[in-house]
Parts: sequence; structure tokens; C-alpha cells
Amino acid sequence: MSTLTAGDVLEPRTFTITRADLVRYAGASGDFNPIHWSDRVATGVGLPGVIAHGMYTLALVARAVEAWAGEGNLVEFGCKFTKPVAVPDDDRGVDLVVAAAVARVEDGRATLKLEVTCGEEKVLGLPTAVVRV
Amino acid sequence: MPVDSSLVGRSFPPTPPYDVTAGKVREFNLATGGDGEAVPPTFPIVLSFDALFAFLAAEQIDLFRIVHGEQRFAYERSIEVGDTLTATLTVSSLRQIGGADIIGTTSEITDPSGALVCTAKATVIHSGAAS
Repeated sequence: MSTLTAGDVLEPRTFTITRADLVRYAGASGDFNPIHWSDRVATGVGLPGVIAHGMYTLALVARAVEAWAGEGNLVEFGCKFTKPVAVPDDDRGVDLVVAAAVARVEDGRATLKLEVTCGEEKVLGLPTAVVRV
Repeated sequence: MPVDSSLVGRSFPPTPPYDVTAGKVREFNLATGGDGEAVPPTFPIVLSFDALFAFLAAEQIDLFRIVHGEQRFAYERSIEVGDTLTATLTVSSLRQIGGADIIGTTSEITDPSGALVCTAKATVIHSGAAS
């Protein structure tokens, strides 16, 4: 069981996202929206280029939360996808940084205050994670 | 063309029963930076998007004009390998902003007894054709 205490600042975690990751996630999740693999389609609907699936980003945030709070403890989880995570067609990809602090602990549940950034820019709005402690 | 506003409050047919298999969970974990056997927190999106894609197809909405605006999960219990689940989608809200439709959906993911396992709320943004 996790030992989260209000005010704890958790060790930030960094994930690198490449085009290959998006292809793999498309296959595993069943989300084949071409804005996640075709620059032609993505720019045609006004996006900067291929963007990561919001749910791929959120899946990586879940990895971080489970690393801090243990597996299977999430009660509520979610976010707004406020800035697209553009993933370049190169071998480097982009880095996603997931930072968090424990906002409060009450009634056996901890609420995490999350900040998820890509190139210093916040990409998620109102990210929420409530975990059993 | 804007999405039909009479959709609000409408529920769509449940998705076909989905068997949560060890192989599928492993594939999903490997695709999201994990290597465990447990069902990860965002796995219910597979069910939720099954329901969402069926809704979009039924309404003849092009998938490539859709971006995901918001996602919220509330978990009643953990999903386990061996579960058989279905998702039932209800359109919970609809508004138009600057030529885009903001479509709020709620999918209830249930087990064969009808017990609620997870509620997945997805808001998607539909950008209409330029014409």
C-alpha cells in the first residue's frame, strides 16, 4: 500500500513518444484515427501534423500514477486534452514530463495535483487522479 | 453540417460483449510502457471507443474530423482478465462553438450481471467540413 502524505512532491517521470509508439498504440487500442499517423490528414484538419492519441498520453500519466500510488488504486482519473502533443517524424520523438504533488489525503483517498508538460508547455487541463491509500 | 441536437439524451445499443483476455491486456500494456499482467487504468477506453466509434458511424461523422477533448473515468472495481464487458453510450451534451460540435458522451461499462464496472465520459470535438 502506498504511503502518500499531503504535501509530498513526487519524483517526476519522463516518457519519450515516437511515431512508432503511436502506431503501436493504434493497434493495441483500436483507435485508427488517421490524425495519429498521417501528416496529410492531420494538417488537412488544421493540426500541426501527426499528434499523439490523447489516450496514449493519458495512459503514460497512468503509468506514473501507478508507480507512485501502486497498481489498481485509482478511483477517479481524467483530464482535458488542451494542447495537442505533436510527434515529429524523426528518431528522437518528444518528451512528456509527468509531475505531481499530493494535494490532500482524506477518507482513505489521496488526490494528486498533476502537471503534464511537453516542451515546457502544459498539454493537459485539469488532470485529476484520486487514489486509494 | 452540425450534429443533430436531438441526439442529447439518446442512448445507443450496447456494444457486443468484449472478452478481456490476457493476450490483449499484455499487448495494451506493452503499447503503453508497461510489462505487467494487470489491466491498466485506461484499458476501459477500448470498450468506450468501441461504443463511440459505433455512434460516430451511425451518425455518419468522419473519424478524422474528431479530436478527443476530455476523458474522465470513475472506477467501481478493477477490471480483471476473464471479464466480459459491454459499453452503452449516451449522448450527454452537445454544443456548437465556432463551427465545431462539442459532443459529450457517457459510456457505462457493465458486466454480464448488469453491474457497473466503470463510467467513461468522453468529450469529442467535431470540426465540420469547410464548405
